[in-house]
Amino acid sequence: MFQLKNVKYKNILDIKQLSIPANKITCVVGESGSGKTTLLRLLNKMINCTEGEIFYNNNAISTINSIELRRKVVMLPQVPAIFSGTVRDNLLIGLKFAEKPLVDDEKLSEVLNMVHLDKPLDEDADKLSGGEKQKLALGRVVLMDPEIFLLDEPSSALDEDTEQIIIEKLVHYTKKTNKTLIMVTHSRKIARTYADNIIQIKNGKVLNQKGE
Amino acid sequence: MDKVINLQIWQIAAAYIFIIILLFIVKLRGIPREKEILISSTRMTLQLILTGYILVYLFQNIHPVFTIIVIGIMELFAIYNIFKRVKVKLSQKIKRIITISMVLGTTSSLLYFIVVVINLSPWYDPRYFIPIAGMLIGNSMTGISLGVSRLVDGMTAQKHLIESALMLGATPKMASKEIVNNAFDSAILPTINSMVGMGIVFLPGMMTGQILSGVSPVTAIEYQITIMLGILGSVTLTVILFVQLGYKTFFNEQQQLDIHNWEF
Ligand SMILES: Nc1ncnc2c1ncn2[C@@H]1O[C@H](COP(=O)(O)OP(=O)(O)OP(=O)(O)O)[C@@H](O)[C@H]1O
Ligand SMILES: [Mg+2]
Repeated sequence: MFQLKNVKYKNILDIKQLSIPANKITCVVGESGSGKTTLLRLLNKMINCTEGEIFYNNNAISTINSIELRRKVVMLPQVPAIFSGTVRDNLLIGLKFAEKPLVDDEKLSEVLNMVHLDKPLDEDADKLSGGEKQKLALGRVVLMDPEIFLLDEPSSALDEDTEQIIIEKLVHYTKKTNKTLIMVTHSRKIARTYADNIIQIKNGKVLNQKGE
Repeated sequence: MDKVINLQIWQIAAAYIFIIILLFIVKLRGIPREKEILISSTRMTLQLILTGYILVYLFQNIHPVFTIIVIGIMELFAIYNIFKRVKVKLSQKIKRIITISMVLGTTSSLLYFIVVVINLSPWYDPRYFIPIAGMLIGNSMTGISLGVSRLVDGMTAQKHLIESALMLGATPKMASKEIVNNAFDSAILPTINSMVGMGIVFLPGMMTGQILSGVSPVTAIEYQITIMLGILGSVTLTVILFVQLGYKTFFNEQQQLDIHNWEF
């Protein structure tokens, strides 16, 4: 799915070679400041690599239109973004941005259920707690139904039990719909339990890659 | 115009005495502002005297080149003022957009008003051209300054939301829509507010000046209405041009947010 060849980003990332398989769960792990977020931002074309090239389905991403790429490879930022408006507005805004058809409330409730957010659709999103905001932002991305999920610590603000439940549902959903999930996580347990493939980053270099 | 009171030198001197009394009071109260009052009064006096003589010269030597030179200087001064007045740091690209919007927005409104509305002939008659140009350019300058601050502040403060929108596949236009709209609103709000209070809360400066110099209030009002519409048009056009072109300077060709020193 993604192929990285001699990719450098400033002096932050330096990856000789890395491939990320399609239709699999890939976890990116590594200590704080090692470059995990930077890697995801490169894949989503929020930044360009300073050297080397990244390939998406064998096409160099420098030749792919950024917006088209981002609509297929959707990224969830580490700090959840909450836009002004209600829970409903915040769920639908992803579809609006990507110019995809909107969905009805029933579908929205289904998504809220999946991310364990028990709030009315008309609630002001600004009032949600930190963890609830994270769930909402995750729900928005799930609703967009992209080919690839790039999730930057999707469960960092959640308690361990909720984290477990939501990630499990997410993994299940990804498998069932044949999607690709690339997820940064601080939880060894999550990586061990669910990853088909683990990328460990240290000081901007890929230490090792464990697949099954 | 026989009823016009021509001010004598001693009358103007009396006005200065008024300011000197004021200075005295300010000093007595211990407010440290004498210097500013003194400097601004002197500056105003010198500038106006100079302008007066230049205008007299221009009115006697009517020539299109002179008129064009004068509005050129006005534009330059206004643009320089915008750069100075806006507190945030401006990129080279956005400075270029400010210049383009000011020049295009004000000159096209000005031409419309001179040629179509007032039907001035010759079109470069400085007696009309220069004051009208001054009002359109001055007000557009104030409007665009507010717009620039709002846009740059908004883009910097909300870069996280903008980037999050881009990550979801938004175009730069969608991602910055709210900020662009806010910048537009705050830029034209002062003009709209001043129109609402006009004639009731205060008499506009131009009209006051005309009435003082002996023109009938009805004529003065006709001019005031026309000029207000002109100002509104010019401010709106200038600001629309600016925000529509300006937000793009924050993105590169790859639709990435391009603000220096961003952290994530
Ligand atoms: N645009 C940038 N310019 C300069 N330095 C940057 C830039 N972006 C990130 N960095 C630096 O690069 C390093 C890696 O950052 P990154 O956000 O990728 O780390 P991370 O692995 O996601 O860390 P965390 O687990 O804390 O989120 C950090 O030292 C960060 O300060
Ligand atoms: Mg990170």
